[in-house]
Amino acid sequence: MRRHTKILVTLLVLTGCLVQLVPFYLALTTAFKEQSDLSSVWAFPFAAITWDNLAAAIAQGGVLRATFNSAVVTVIATGLTCMLAALAAYPLARRRTRLNRGVEFTILAVMMVPPLSILVPLYSLLNGLGLLDTYAGLILPLVCLELPRAIFLYTQFLRAVPLSLEEAARVDGASRLQTLRIIIFPLLKPVTVTVIILTAVYVWNEFALSSYIMTSTEMRTLAPSIAAFFGANGSNVNAAVAGSLIGVVPILIAYLFLQRYFMKGMLAGAEK
Amino acid sequence: MSATAHPHQATPAPRPHRPPRPAGASINLMYVPALVLFAVFIIYPVLQGVSIAMTNWDGYSSRRAFVGLENFARVFSDPNFSTAMTNTFIYGVGSTVIQQVLGLLFAVLLDQKLRGRQIARAIIYLPVLVSPVVMGLMYYLVFRYHQGALNDILGVFGAAPVSWMSDAGVAIGVIVVVNSLQFMGISMLIYLSGLQGIPQEIREAAALDGSIGWNQFRSITIPQLMPAFASSVVLNLIGGLKLYDVIQVLTGGGPGYATNSVSTLIGRTYFGNQAAGYAAAQGVVLFLVIVVCTVALNWWFDRTRSHLEN
Repeated sequence: MRRHTKILVTLLVLTGCLVQLVPFYLALTTAFKEQSDLSSVWAFPFAAITWDNLAAAIAQGGVLRATFNSAVVTVIATGLTCMLAALAAYPLARRRTRLNRGVEFTILAVMMVPPLSILVPLYSLLNGLGLLDTYAGLILPLVCLELPRAIFLYTQFLRAVPLSLEEAARVDGASRLQTLRIIIFPLLKPVTVTVIILTAVYVWNEFALSSYIMTSTEMRTLAPSIAAFFGANGSNVNAAVAGSLIGVVPILIAYLFLQRYFMKGMLAGAEK
Repeated sequence: MSATAHPHQATPAPRPHRPPRPAGASINLMYVPALVLFAVFIIYPVLQGVSIAMTNWDGYSSRRAFVGLENFARVFSDPNFSTAMTNTFIYGVGSTVIQQVLGLLFAVLLDQKLRGRQIARAIIYLPVLVSPVVMGLMYYLVFRYHQGALNDILGVFGAAPVSWMSDAGVAIGVIVVVNSLQFMGISMLIYLSGLQGIPQEIREAAALDGSIGWNQFRSITIPQLMPAFASSVVLNLIGGLKLYDVIQVLTGGGPGYATNSVSTLIGRTYFGNQAAGYAAAQGVVLFLVIVVCTVALNWWFDRTRSHLEN
C-alpha cells in the first residue's frame, strides 16, 4: 500500500471503531453520574462516581431478578436447542428420502415466520395451555425459533462426516444407538459451540416475545425489564442505563475470551 | 474395538460379521420431537392466526363472530397500516443498503495488512452481541434533545439543537441508522470471509494483466463476492422487515403511529386497541410479505448466479 492510502485506511478504520464504541462510553458516563448532574454526557464523572443508579436499577427495576430469569431461560433453551437439533439432523443428513427432503423444506419454511406475525394466536395458545408467564411458555417458542438454523448447521456438519466411521463401528458390533453416542455425538463438538453461541446470544437478548409472554415483574427477563424500567421512569434514564450494563457485562466477558468462536460461529449462522 | 487388541483377555465368542444395514426408517424418529414442537408452537399458530383473522375477537372475551375477510379489507384501507407497511420497507431496504456499503467498506479495509486489525474487527462487530433494547437505549443518549450527545456537538459549532425523535421523517432515519450500525458487523464478516475465499492466484493473475486497484476490485473482487452479497442481502432485508426492538425503545412507534413497523403495530393493535382479529390479519399479511420477498430474492440471486456462470 502506498503511504497516503495507508493513512486513509487507518483513519477510516479508526472512525468506524470510534462510532461503534461511543455509545458504550456514553452508557458508562450516564450510569455513573448523579441524576441531578447536568454536565455533558461526554464528560466522565471522575470526581463524583455514584453507585445510586445501579442500586436503583436493582431495587426498583428488579434487574437482578431479571438477570436470574434470563439465565434460567437461556441455559435451558440453549441446551434443548442443541439436543433436539443434533437428534433431528442425523436422519436428515443420513437418509435423504423424499419424506426427509419434505421435512427439511418444512423446517426452512418455519425459519421464515416472523415472531410478531403469530403474536395473537401464540399468546392465546399459551394462555389456553396455562403457560403464559412461565419459563416453559417462553422457552418452548424461543427454541422453535432457533431450532431451524441449528438443525441446518448440524445437518451440514454431519453430511461432511464420512459414513465409513459409522460403518466401522457397526461392523464391530455396535448398535445404532451406541454408534451415535460413542462415534457421532462426540464429533459434533465444534458445531455445538457455534449453536450454543448463536442460541445463547439470541435468547439472552430477546425482547419482543419475552415482553408479551412474561407478564409479571417477577418473571420478566432482562431486555423487557430494562425497556419497562426505561418506559416507566423516563426521567431516570441513568438507572435504566445502569441496569442495561448488567445485561451487557456477561456477554462482553464471554466475547473477550471466546472472540474467535463468536465471530466464526456467527458467520456460520449467517451464511446459508 | 476388536477382541484381538486384548490378547490377554478371555476372547468373547466371535460375533457373526453381518454387513451394517443402511439407516432404516426408524431413525426418522429422531426428528419427531423437533417436528412436534414446530407443529404446536409455529405451524398451529400460523393456521390459527388465519382463522382468528376472520373474526372480530377482542383478545379477551369468549365472544367472537365470524366476519369473513373484513379484517383483510381493513388492512388495505387503514392509513396506520399503510404507514407501517411503508416504514417496514424503509427499515428493510434502508438498513440493507447501509449495511452492504459499510459492511463491504470495512471488510475491504480490514482485509489489508494493518496493525491491530483483529481488534478493529472485534470492535466493529461488538454491537451485534448486545440486545437491540440496550442498543436503542444507548442511542437514546446520542439522539435525545436535552443533553443528547449529538446536540452537544452541534452546540459546540453554534448550531441549534435538533429534535431527532419527534419529527417522524428524521426519527425513521435515526432508527435505520441505529439498526444498520448494530448489524453491519455481520455483513462485514460475511464479506471478509468472501474476500478470503478468493484464490490468491486469481488476484495475482489479474495484477499481471495490469488490472490493479479499482479495476481489479471491479472485475475480479465484485463478481467473486456475489455469493457473499446474496447471503448478506437476504439476511439484512429479512431482519429489517421484521424490525421491532429498536423502534419500540426509541420511539414506541410514535409520534402517533408515524414510525411503526408492521411488527410494532401488531402489538399495539392487539394489546392497545383490543382488536385481536385485526392484529391477526396484520400478522398474516406480514408473514406473506416476508415469504414473497424471501422467495423472490433467492430466485433472483439464483438466476443472476446462473447467468454469471454461463
